[in-house]
Amino acid sequence: MKEILVEEIIAAVERLCIEANYDLSADIMTGFHQALKVEPSTLGREVLERLIENAEIAHNERVPMCQDTGMAVLFVEIGQDLHVVGGGLTEAINEGVRRGYDKGYLRKSVVKDPFERVNTGDNTPAVIHYDIVPGDALHLVVAPKGFGSENMGGLKMCKPSEGLEGAMQFVVDTVDRAGGNPCPPIIVGVGVGGTMEKATYLAKKCLLREVGKHNPEERLAKIEEELLDRVNRLGIGPQGFGGITTALAVNLEVYPTHIAGMPVAVNIGCHATRHKEITLQGREN
Amino acid sequence: MGEAIRIETPLTQEKLRGLKAGDNVLLNGIIYTGRDAAHKKMVEALEQGQDLPFEMNDQIIYFVGPTPAKEGQVIGSAGPTTSGRMDAYSPKLIPKGLTGMIGKGLRSTEVIEAMKNHGAVYFGAIGGAGALIAKRIVSAEVIAYPELGPEAVRRLVVKDFPVMVIIDHEGNNLYESGKALYRRHKE
Repeated sequence: MKEILVEEIIAAVERLCIEANYDLSADIMTGFHQALKVEPSTLGREVLERLIENAEIAHNERVPMCQDTGMAVLFVEIGQDLHVVGGGLTEAINEGVRRGYDKGYLRKSVVKDPFERVNTGDNTPAVIHYDIVPGDALHLVVAPKGFGSENMGGLKMCKPSEGLEGAMQFVVDTVDRAGGNPCPPIIVGVGVGGTMEKATYLAKKCLLREVGKHNPEERLAKIEEELLDRVNRLGIGPQGFGGITTALAVNLEVYPTHIAGMPVAVNIGCHATRHKEITLQGREN
Repeated sequence: MGEAIRIETPLTQEKLRGLKAGDNVLLNGIIYTGRDAAHKKMVEALEQGQDLPFEMNDQIIYFVGPTPAKEGQVIGSAGPTTSGRMDAYSPKLIPKGLTGMIGKGLRSTEVIEAMKNHGAVYFGAIGGAGALIAKRIVSAEVIAYPELGPEAVRRLVVKDFPVMVIIDHEGNNLYESGKALYRRHKE
């Protein structure tokens, strides 16, 4: 059985937390430039130009692009033939978050209890989603999530009779209600099917997909295209100042569900939708 | 986009009455920061008849919780937070003389009514442009509630701080007019 030391995991998480907050991913930057060419609103174009400038400053000066450096969300795939040595995996991930948010001068935005609301001071704990997969590698995705956008998501337990149109209308209405709050241009993650929590998990996971890449299944890709068109007809535009660039992408994932239901979840990512990943290989012991 | 209007704080009634929704404004002078926890404390202070951390008359509050400053920086990244969470508190501060708020996102009817009744303006800063905005902040000093960390009340001095008038003192709203202009129904 191959092994991996917790120190290696801690160091990787630390680095990913910082890089995710300093370096806007290339696909979103490309999305800004493409939007700039077609956006008819002068205010909208001005916003896009400033967002590009902001991302360049953050990258060059090694500072966070946004002050809301998020709650750390991790998607972890652990190979079933890999042995973590030297401590617990969850503890190692939280230690990596603790170090990353300290060394990277990132904002500590986590409160220990939702009612008492006292800051934990180190941005832990993270929200961690584990998946056990074949093999002996560890795949880590760090996706810090700001709450300007997180607060604007929604879930509807649709009736099967509402069908595809009902699901699509809920997505469009959710984006419409959000207006300028989630810092458009946004990425819209849509999860349909499964159970209540499965749909919301899928909606969040969709935000990791590269902007411009569609669902590999053609009928779902077509739905994504139609949703993007309808969302961009709302008129919200960059920052909600009016325009046709409300979203850069709508990403959809589906899952088998129950005969009696059709859960539809929408998770909105801001224009600084952040995620960095790494695959760590196990070593022979 | 129209030529930017330079405004020196404090934001008096005379100055704010010249501003219209959609105006591009560069703010100069002192502004104060405050977000969820600081607003809660300020309103509690008011209700208990205590003093506020600063004299509210003709002042501007920026809804922000910056990242920690690195060495050599005045302040960390400092973009606006979602203003809607302050909707429960702003209508209590506006009658005390608050004339400007800077944030992002929608405001409630109660806030807009208070703005119209007492004379106040809601500015939008670009959400998520925290690195860019920080460059327009010349100095930052915590003046109240240091225990709140990023949520402490700070006195900022800003130079050509870029904002947009979202809602003016007459209640005209760029979020509504901008959206209406570009909203298209399916052909």
